[in-house]
Amino acid sequence: MSCQVHFQVMWSRLISVVEEQALTLVRTAFSTSVREAGDLSAGVFDRHGRMIAQAVTGTPGHVNTMAAAVPHFMADIGPERIRPGDVYLTNDPWKGTGHLHDITVVTPVFRHEEAHEHGGTGADVDGEPAQPIGFFACTAHVVDIGGRGYGPDAREVYEEGIRIPIMPWIRRGVLNTDLVDLIRANVREADQVVGDVHGLATCNETGRRRLIEMLDEFDLDDLDDLAAFVFDRTDRATRDALARVPTGTYRNQLRVDGYDEPVDLVVEVTVTAAGMDADFTGTSGLSPFGVNVPLTYAQAYFTYGMLVALAPELPNNFASLAPFTVSAPPGVILNAEHPDPVAVRHVLGHFVTDLCLGAIAPALPDVVPAEGAGALWNFQASARAVDPASGLRPVELLMFNSGGTGARPGLDGLTATAFPSGVMTMSVEATEQIGPIVVWRKEIRPDSGGPGRRRGGLGQVVEVGPADGYRFEFSAMFDRIDNPARGRAGGGDGAPGRVSLDDGTPFPSKGRNPVPPGRTLVLELPGGGGFGPPEERDPADVDNDHRQGYVS
Amino acid sequence: MRPRIGADVGGTFTDIVVDLGPDGPLGTSPIDRYPSTKVLTTHDAPERGILAGIETLAAELGLDLGEVDQIIHGTTLATNALIERRGAATALVTTEGFRDVIETRNEGRFEQYDLNIVQPAPLIERRHRYVVPERLSATGEVLRPFDDAAAERVVERLADGGYEAVAVGFLHSYRNPDHERRFRDLLRSQLPDVAVSLSSEVSPQMREFERFNTVCANAYIQPLMASYLVRLRDELRARGATCPLDLIHSGGGLVSVDTAAAFPVRLVESGPAGGAIFAAELAAAYGRDRVLSYDMGGTTAKIALIDDHTPQTAKTFEVARTMRFKKGSGMPISIPVIEMIEIGAGGGSIASVDALGQIRIGPRSAGSEPGPAAYGLGGGEPTVTDANVELGRLHPDTFGAESIELSPAAAAAAIATGVGGPLGLDVGTAAVGIAEVVDENMTNAARVHAVERGKDLRGYSMVAFGGGAPLHATRLMDKLGLDEVFVPPGAGVGSAIGFLQAPFAYEAVRSFYTTAGDFDHEAANQLLDELEAEAETFVRRGTDAPLAVERSVAMRYRGQGWEIPVALPPGPFDAFASELLADVFTKAYEEFFGRAIDDVEIEAVSWSVRVASIRDRPVARTTVAADRLATPSTTRPIHDPAAGGTVEAGVFDRDELAPGVGVTGPAVVVEAQTTTVLGRDHVAVAQPDGSLHITRSRRTAGGAP
Repeated sequence: MSCQVHFQVMWSRLISVVEEQALTLVRTAFSTSVREAGDLSAGVFDRHGRMIAQAVTGTPGHVNTMAAAVPHFMADIGPERIRPGDVYLTNDPWKGTGHLHDITVVTPVFRHEEAHEHGGTGADVDGEPAQPIGFFACTAHVVDIGGRGYGPDAREVYEEGIRIPIMPWIRRGVLNTDLVDLIRANVREADQVVGDVHGLATCNETGRRRLIEMLDEFDLDDLDDLAAFVFDRTDRATRDALARVPTGTYRNQLRVDGYDEPVDLVVEVTVTAAGMDADFTGTSGLSPFGVNVPLTYAQAYFTYGMLVALAPELPNNFASLAPFTVSAPPGVILNAEHPDPVAVRHVLGHFVTDLCLGAIAPALPDVVPAEGAGALWNFQASARAVDPASGLRPVELLMFNSGGTGARPGLDGLTATAFPSGVMTMSVEATEQIGPIVVWRKEIRPDSGGPGRRRGGLGQVVEVGPADGYRFEFSAMFDRIDNPARGRAGGGDGAPGRVSLDDGTPFPSKGRNPVPPGRTLVLELPGGGGFGPPEERDPADVDNDHRQGYVS
Repeated sequence: MRPRIGADVGGTFTDIVVDLGPDGPLGTSPIDRYPSTKVLTTHDAPERGILAGIETLAAELGLDLGEVDQIIHGTTLATNALIERRGAATALVTTEGFRDVIETRNEGRFEQYDLNIVQPAPLIERRHRYVVPERLSATGEVLRPFDDAAAERVVERLADGGYEAVAVGFLHSYRNPDHERRFRDLLRSQLPDVAVSLSSEVSPQMREFERFNTVCANAYIQPLMASYLVRLRDELRARGATCPLDLIHSGGGLVSVDTAAAFPVRLVESGPAGGAIFAAELAAAYGRDRVLSYDMGGTTAKIALIDDHTPQTAKTFEVARTMRFKKGSGMPISIPVIEMIEIGAGGGSIASVDALGQIRIGPRSAGSEPGPAAYGLGGGEPTVTDANVELGRLHPDTFGAESIELSPAAAAAAIATGVGGPLGLDVGTAAVGIAEVVDENMTNAARVHAVERGKDLRGYSMVAFGGGAPLHATRLMDKLGLDEVFVPPGAGVGSAIGFLQAPFAYEAVRSFYTTAGDFDHEAANQLLDELEAEAETFVRRGTDAPLAVERSVAMRYRGQGWEIPVALPPGPFDAFASELLADVFTKAYEEFFGRAIDDVEIEAVSWSVRVASIRDRPVARTTVAADRLATPSTTRPIHDPAAGGTVEAGVFDRDELAPGVGVTGPAVVVEAQTTTVLGRDHVAVAQPDGSLHITRSRRTAGGAP
């Protein structure tokens, strides 16, 4: 067989291995955001900590954050102390994926590990300590990490939960029970959280076994040649794709509602033959709340935006991510540093994609869509018994809702669909089985899509009330109420969002508020921006919009 | 035993098989049990093809249709009507506030890296969706009464709209069907000729998007399917076939025409179910408890797991994917179904080179028109079949289809242009690449499917059928580390034979949310009794045979989104049922994921009862070893991955291999409908039932370059 076919077969096998890893995680994880949002990732790395393959999951937020994590593990553990049978973990926002709720687990792979398993010397036949040939890593969002609970209210990361430096979870095959006890003592749903960490370690172990089987089957000693092949092929294809954007500097600015005051996101994207760099100088300063974004997370959404526009068919690995770099001065909201609070870094992080796509839009007029709703409108509520003596249990609820996406140059925007997040909503029936709420309405919001040759995706209206015997408070983390999604190329803006009671009383976009008994909460989600002049819209499309009631 | 007929209407061919029984008139050998014929499918009126095929075969066999005991039919008509949107003018009536459930779907994008995805259009447009003020709670209590006056107004609008069919889907109707029934009664009293489907009857499962879609699909295809089935039955009767006409459903059982006409959505994807039953029957005959069913045809390959001689089933699946084979790009249908994974890897799948310089197979297919380049029917792009021709696995002298003159030159030219040129490879190497990549794709799909089911493929036996599978089976066996492959006789009409091996069966499913800790055993007993009675009613419409009952429940830990199916022991629950439920779930979870979790609440979501007629077990068989080796009359060069190059392979005619005759690789065993390829490390032995039993003569390293 030709060498390149041989390598291709092994490459696709590696991708299959990490997909299997990710699938198992989705099925066993307890966290809603893992299950419905695909808030997880899995990948395999070479001996230098360079990612060779990554599973495609629902969260662009892990695109390169997890890829960057493995070198931190190698440095912090120390190469000479990485032994067969070890498993490491961390939830450090700056060494992992941007907030404490994501736990990253890394497992080294040794070629002839079984021979060492019982001897425990970790030495190969020549008496030299064995060196890992690669690593498996995976990350998942856990249901709780202690502190104040999930939300933007902390003023420092210390309040957001327990922070675990890079350390062994399993050392030479022996579980680090001290760490297990420490985690159990610090989180609210200890069984689920510890269960999820075990699940992460098991996923890596599955990957490790599959990899060893593959190396046996193909009679390989290590991953070096395969990694070199993957990186070489990907590097060339990535550079070909990048060449579609003329070298130069592209700028964009995007104003969003922010937490307590409007936030200006500013970017300057510099395109050179070597790659693309996003500089966020000029972006608003840090917030006192946990909406700040570690730079590694902003980089993920920048990289995702560029790849989805330029090279959607390329797999994520070290070589496809390497050309995309970011920078920001200290003190801006996209460059949070320890101990800034960062728990809900996704709200602003998700706007980075529209921000950076908007910058390169002039170079790619047939590719880049108009702006969309961007941030998710998660309904996050605490339901409590009206009568504390009733014995009705308190329940925390989370429900995902999405507004409209921006119109594409050749297509209308997507109605009530998440972008850039890969989140999916939950069934209303399933939600009502679990929590004491009633969803009275979840329906398309007419007239919310920005007009244009291509219409913006429509938002939706969600109306929620407490079930009998309950009242609730909700945490608002909504955006695009004061700053709607902008149209592109002559298209109109999408409708802004609105939060109110059913009697019309408006609520602010952020903060915690009660819904009085007898009232319901009405969320009107923003629509996406339109693309192209509205007067150029095909009359058949205009007619259909009216017949279906998309436009009144 | 009187003869029975199976009729499988596929996209290209209609297969007719007669079961003459183990001791039928020609049944001196089990190989002769299932004579068959293939005719072209007549898409405008599928019954014409069936009738023509049956008449041809009956004439050949001297069969009097009045003697036939049963005719079993499976069809892609229901699936095609959904894909091609050829259904009735249909309206959806739903709960006020939820008009757009089937349009907003799950609010996710099925492809993360495509800015230009298009969501599948809802089966029923927004302007044909009507709402009624009413609302039930998650426990089935009335939160908002059914508004009769408003419902009357909706019925008036439905009358004005001229609809042929109406789907009714209200929130939480799986817990309480009263409001849906009230609407139906009102509709029937005003518009008796309109077909009406209720979600609480078609698919009483929690999750509104899936349930509403399923009831819409049922209503949408019902007028078409009902008239087709009645037409077919009448035509058969006119030809003297007065026996019952039964339908195979997606769950792998039989139902009467009446049931099929009321719930036609249960016929979606019933053809592939026949293939899985075919493999399960062989698994039972040979006592193989873990079997991988591998069916490869012209456009796709389908892989299913069969444990304990029973195909794995699921409660929901997806049809009509707009982006081929991409999860989430189709319509969810929540009905019991034999679970399988289908990938774009068939003989007609087109090979191309992507931006990374990688060979890609499919999802585009040359189909039967224009077909692979080697067919000389106008196809110019290289396909998997063309690679098999170039590699010597298919040959003009032994290719089964009489009307097609295989052209190795055309295959080579297409491979050179489409793959060899862009990659700088010679034709032979490019062909090896195409074959390796398609084999690897199928291997990976099988592995991922197994992982999704919590299974490990080691120790599985493969059953390979369909025109393409025997060409690739031994390579997959090596890549997956399996120890044996069976290539049964009649592999080209496996699904239709499977129909004849299916029991009467009906699975009734209903969602009923409860926790193991807070378990109302009396309510659960009542629910299971109702489900059993419902399933039995449907089964009894078709058979008087003794029945078997299987009960299961889908459970998970609180907080998880995926349930796993757990079999329930027979008999009613008693007051200790909480512990029993927790216990059976914990064991099943450990088996699935390797580790149970302590102290997390266990939830039960969906309950199901399957009632099936008990069939005679197939004749038990043990594999026979070779008592002599066949010698080839001729040889030809084929590519053998294990040998790393071309080897001279013996060519054998399968019809001439008597039971006990062995064939050592490298070899090709040819027959009318397919060719079985053996590498240098494979040995096949012809079995008394006509199967080829393939094992490895020595350990092979699968991917040696």
